[in-house]
Amino acid sequence: MTLSPEEWTAIQLSLRVAIVATLLSLPFGILIAMALARGRFWGQSLLNGLVLMPLILPPVVTGYILLILFGRRGPIGALLADHFGIVFSFRWTGAALACGVMGFPLLVRAIRLSIEAVDTRLEEAAGTLGANRLWVFITVTLPLIVPGVLAGMILCFAKAMGEFGATITFVSNIPGETQTLPSAIYTFTQVPGGDVGAFRLTLVSISIAMLALLASELMARHATRRLDIQ
Amino acid sequence: MTLAVDIGHRLGAFLLDVQFKTGSGLVALFGRSGSGKTSIINIIAGLVRPARGRVTIDATVLVDTERGLFMPRHRRRVGYVFQEGRLFPHLTVRQNLLYGRWFARQTKGGDDLDRVVNLLGIAGLLDRRPGRLSGGEKQRVAIGRALLADPRVLLMDEPLASLDEALKAEILPYIERLRDQSKIPIIYVSHSIAEVARLATTVVLLSEGKVAAVGPTPEIMQRLDLFALTDRVEAGAVIEATVERHDETFGLTELASRAGRWKLHGLNAPVGARLRLRVRARDVMLSRSRPADLSALNVLPGVVADIGPHDGPIVEIRIDCSGEALIARLTRYSVERLGLVSGTPVFALVKSVALDRGSLSGPLQAIADRVADTGDG
Repeated sequence: MTLSPEEWTAIQLSLRVAIVATLLSLPFGILIAMALARGRFWGQSLLNGLVLMPLILPPVVTGYILLILFGRRGPIGALLADHFGIVFSFRWTGAALACGVMGFPLLVRAIRLSIEAVDTRLEEAAGTLGANRLWVFITVTLPLIVPGVLAGMILCFAKAMGEFGATITFVSNIPGETQTLPSAIYTFTQVPGGDVGAFRLTLVSISIAMLALLASELMARHATRRLDIQ
Repeated sequence: MTLAVDIGHRLGAFLLDVQFKTGSGLVALFGRSGSGKTSIINIIAGLVRPARGRVTIDATVLVDTERGLFMPRHRRRVGYVFQEGRLFPHLTVRQNLLYGRWFARQTKGGDDLDRVVNLLGIAGLLDRRPGRLSGGEKQRVAIGRALLADPRVLLMDEPLASLDEALKAEILPYIERLRDQSKIPIIYVSHSIAEVARLATTVVLLSEGKVAAVGPTPEIMQRLDLFALTDRVEAGAVIEATVERHDETFGLTELASRAGRWKLHGLNAPVGARLRLRVRARDVMLSRSRPADLSALNVLPGVVADIGPHDGPIVEIRIDCSGEALIARLTRYSVERLGLVSGTPVFALVKSVALDRGSLSGPLQAIADRVADTGDG
């Protein structure tokens, strides 16, 4: 099975978009998961709802909201473009943003669950041993939630690899710039004789998903074994 | 070093209202479950913020609600040994031990790793993870971890409660050694008379959130009025004794105390060693005349000093044996049949085999050797 250069481009672009989306979401994901799991503040349920929103909304709606907010003339998009030179519309960065937003609920949910499973009595113990809250987080909480963080990252990555609706709405379907794997497959299905190409990319999609799943299983198993050889 | 506690706190319907001061040695916070012991040390450690009160260590104020002071737990330098160990599962034993020391690196003092490791006999465990340790090993590592954080005071919350008798016997000598060798005062929470009788220098007896009595251990243990607040079945006097000689033929050891001589079997302590003997009230019989042809080896002359409340069928009696107190538990029927009143001369009889061996304290070396023999030192 040989892939055309255009197909290779789509695969590479998809990988880049998914990796960037996952890695950049991670710190925010941990922060928000921590706030949701441990915080007691006004508007907590609102924040929770907001984070979960992309999971429930039609992806087209999410993409359209992104277009309004982060488009070249959107309030946030204009600000970022003018002051930091960061442009999202019709760029691969926009695809990464859309994928990040779509994967975010999955990331936060997995991390939040693992934070809630952490024995807070261990954190108390660390406190009595002289660690302030930041150190407690770095030396106790974080190492203990590694399996959950990995699981969340894999979910987010997988979601990003498969994201279609929000991406195509927000940044369109430009070969070499915003045409990710799903968009490429979609394009193939829209032209006569594109079945073979669509099928090839579908196989690639399945392989990448399987590999990611395997990798996450391995990492999670390793992390868990390290933690409870009780 | 003085720890002064004066706090009021409410937990649901439970009211905690205690004042006490302690110096060096091992202070036992002793009382039934639910008497507020753990709440007190949680307040000292900064895990709980009291509604009212003041806790100080010498000139350092840990809490003062009147002045709105609350020192965060990580700055208190209070070593806390939890009931369940609470070792960090993702770190090795060595990393666990050094965890607190890393944060205490600015302070000058603090034990060094080797000394603590030897004191607690955990040299062989350093590279293991907590998941692979036995309950007794975990608790020893937890004690070491707290010690290495250079604490001003060591808090121990029923550190033996989750262990079986064999493991308790394994750890007790280490706690005694700690009490005798380190300068750090220890606050030890327990509801076990045997542990308190063996370990405590001073007892703070708690009942329903209040301090019922404070004093040296033998003094508290002989007070009949306090029996109802502790574990009446296990209650008894604490006698300080010295090992006099060993009788190899019968495997008996003779001990000398102010109350008289005691014979005990199979005690592996060197001559001259001082130890505490806990004589449970239920194991003491009384006789008006010196009995002859008796199997019990310990016969101690004394005088009835005090008779406890006798509204029930059971009565506790304190006997003064040349200045040392013994407690006997008799039926009220026996007390009346023998005509026992304050001042009656009696003989106290104790079977050697009845003496509580679990609470024997003192000769560390002998006990440590025994632990080593079982291959677990």
